[in-house]
Amino acid sequence: MATPKPDQMEYYKHDDMWAVDFLPPSTGWMETPVNFRPGSFIYPGKPKHLEYLGIPNPREWEVTADDWKLPDNWREIVLKTLRNRLERSRTLQVFMDVCVRCGACADKCHFFIGGGDPKNMPVLRAELLRSVYRGEFTTAGRLLGNLVGARKLTIDVIKEWFSYFFQCTECRRCSVYCPYGIDTAELTMLGRELLLELGITVNWIIEPVSNCYRTGNHLGILPHGLKDTLEFFAEDIEEITGIAIEPPINKKGAEILFVTPSGDFLADPGTFTCMGYMMLFHELGLDYTWSTYASEGGNFGLFTSAEMMKRLNAKIYAEAKRLGVKWILGGECGHMWRVLHQYMDTMNGPADFLEVPRSPVTGTVFENARSTKMVHITEFTADLIQHGKLKFDPSRNDKLRVTFHDSCNPARGMGLFEEPRQIIKSVCNNFFEMPENTIREQTFCCGGGAGLGTDENMEMRLRGGLPRGNAVKYVQDKFDVNTLACVCAIDRATLQTVCDYWAPGVEVTGVHEMLANALVMKGEQKRTLNLRMEPIGDDE
Amino acid sequence: MNALYSLIAVLVLVAVAILGVQALGLQLFFGGILPYFAFAVFLAGVVFRIQRWARAPVPFRIPTTCGQQYSLPWIKSSYLDNPHTTTGVIGRMLLEILFFRSLFRNTRAGVEPGLKRVVYSPSLWMWIAALAFHWGMAILLFRHLRFFLEPVPQVVSAVIWADGFFQVGVPVFYITTFAFLLGLFYLLLRRLFIPQIRYISLPNDFFPLFLLLGIGTTGFLMRHVVKTDVVGIKEMMQGLVGFHPLVSEGVHYLFYTHIFLVCVLLVYIPFSKIMHMGGVFLSPTRNLANNNRMKRHVNPWNYPVKVHTYPEYEDHFRNKMKEAGIPVEKD
Repeated sequence: MATPKPDQMEYYKHDDMWAVDFLPPSTGWMETPVNFRPGSFIYPGKPKHLEYLGIPNPREWEVTADDWKLPDNWREIVLKTLRNRLERSRTLQVFMDVCVRCGACADKCHFFIGGGDPKNMPVLRAELLRSVYRGEFTTAGRLLGNLVGARKLTIDVIKEWFSYFFQCTECRRCSVYCPYGIDTAELTMLGRELLLELGITVNWIIEPVSNCYRTGNHLGILPHGLKDTLEFFAEDIEEITGIAIEPPINKKGAEILFVTPSGDFLADPGTFTCMGYMMLFHELGLDYTWSTYASEGGNFGLFTSAEMMKRLNAKIYAEAKRLGVKWILGGECGHMWRVLHQYMDTMNGPADFLEVPRSPVTGTVFENARSTKMVHITEFTADLIQHGKLKFDPSRNDKLRVTFHDSCNPARGMGLFEEPRQIIKSVCNNFFEMPENTIREQTFCCGGGAGLGTDENMEMRLRGGLPRGNAVKYVQDKFDVNTLACVCAIDRATLQTVCDYWAPGVEVTGVHEMLANALVMKGEQKRTLNLRMEPIGDDE
Repeated sequence: MNALYSLIAVLVLVAVAILGVQALGLQLFFGGILPYFAFAVFLAGVVFRIQRWARAPVPFRIPTTCGQQYSLPWIKSSYLDNPHTTTGVIGRMLLEILFFRSLFRNTRAGVEPGLKRVVYSPSLWMWIAALAFHWGMAILLFRHLRFFLEPVPQVVSAVIWADGFFQVGVPVFYITTFAFLLGLFYLLLRRLFIPQIRYISLPNDFFPLFLLLGIGTTGFLMRHVVKTDVVGIKEMMQGLVGFHPLVSEGVHYLFYTHIFLVCVLLVYIPFSKIMHMGGVFLSPTRNLANNNRMKRHVNPWNYPVKVHTYPEYEDHFRNKMKEAGIPVEKD
């Protein structure tokens, strides 16, 4: 085999990865320069995407180059933007002013636990910004400088911001432990917005944003491509179950618009989850539709700027209105639900043209979604199960020994804990929880959220994935767990790598993939294969 | 180094007070004039800071949810850690402000390379020290009302009695004095000796610790060591409250040092991180209900943005959509 490269996990030896040095360097953090080594940063956004989206300063540039080709008035731009963002947000002002640097957050960050870099302690990540705020905007900071932790904005600071605001997955774990609720995700989002004004962003984020703006989804799947994909899934489903399914697309007057992350159209194992939705909806006889225009639930705008988030998110309500649906159902995804739950109604509502969601199967009115009018698929399905509307044969999942990964955003931006668990416990016989400090509100990120899940960032992904991976390893050793279920498309894309490295032998699955395998459908043939076309029982 | 700067700063302040009183005879200045100035700066500064925060818009409702959401009737929601009602939010804030709920969650992540595992254990010393320090200070401040009010209200006397419950020493030692000093001391030690915490500590993290230790120590010495003239001090305090400041003869210089350090603290507060005492009430990840999908949150500066509309999208892809048999708006 060829010598592994920094974008391959084989490049990183386990012993080296475990030998983390938690002692801070001898130089103060303001004097310690950024170290851009391959595997720990993501390539710059390509100019064509910036141009298409109207982002300033599109150009070719290199992260490791001295000259980042910034406009002459870059300082003015950043300070003006920073002042503007502070003026319009109490959140940011309070977060700039009240931190006492108690350090409760320090060892809560997966990147710090896995890497030991002091600037990955959330407190210090935030100080990267606060120091400039003090040095440029406060009297004490201007007069006393370093004594009060203040500094001026320089090019080196910009590079440092780029490094560390793209080494934060906005998972909000630190915010759980902060006595003032300081949310590093907010500060990372601010930092990224400031950089964006200089045309500094990463291609792994901005290309999906550009795709999504143009085609409706991050992957750039065109309308006919989406139709082909769904039909292809339907063929597989027919082969497995003997049931023919015709997926409705852009169907006007349907009762429900279904929106899910586009990752589920393209890459395994997300595709199996997508097939799971189709089978469930068919079994229920649901009057729903897919949309090619709103073919993305995820929103990489969240990782770009508040404005970009709003620009991409607008399509969902617009499409619901055009198609004349009554309410919206959303698939399994993490950051998508942060946007839908905490931002969508505020940004693009009010959704007064929709009705309060009501399950056509059980009659349950989803009071908790009465304003936004969008329901999480696990809320919808848990309700079906509670009312006994679905028939399962959980033994079809008997080969699976399952644990559940709470995805950051549904966990700490929503509180979605019991709904997926209710489903999992109904569709499989072997379920085991990971240790308490690594699940629910204390859950650990996959290490690749917030647009960082690309192979060129492999070292940081593996380091950031260590706490999660190690917790999976724990249940693998203790309970023979071989399956990690999750409700997040980014997880489905990134956790497989994390498992392959830290807990090899564990496979990642979506909750609705497991559900569909156990689902007893009307008129189905005897199931011998699961959705992955693998035999179900041992006797096969 | 950062700790040293701060220690020196506080020692200089102590020297200023002692010299000012002993060498220059500035008793009236330290005991009768400066406190008014300090209190005015404190009040104006704190009001200014808080009103500035309070007037800033809260564009998004972003509570950090630390428990099960309110969704389906048979799933028990976490009323305090993930509140969806105003009462729940008030409960969450009370737990946060009175009992430091979030700090109580604290864990320590121990990476064990040999065993290739990460172990998380509860780590509550900081929570205990913070509670001891803050509650100690609150009760201790309340006790001080006996110097300002005549007659001393019963509730103050009752707290004083309870605080000295063990009746040890003459005069009696108060429990809160020790809670306050020990709590502070622990917070200082962890800043000095935990490498990561030392790395993030600024001079202005050490300064208030030394300042408070200075205030506490001078207070302790006054009561238990030099046993200064309490009646004289009470006369002076009542003078301050009644706006006719006076100097009682024979009051120990430690009293003036104590007062001077308190004045410095009062002036320092509005410009420093000690404003967390106001900020904690305004943190949107804690003081907002997780009722996002139930009740629309309005962003006052929500502005229209450029979007890729459906008609534009269809214009772009119409032929492909028609070929694939996907319905279109215009033929």
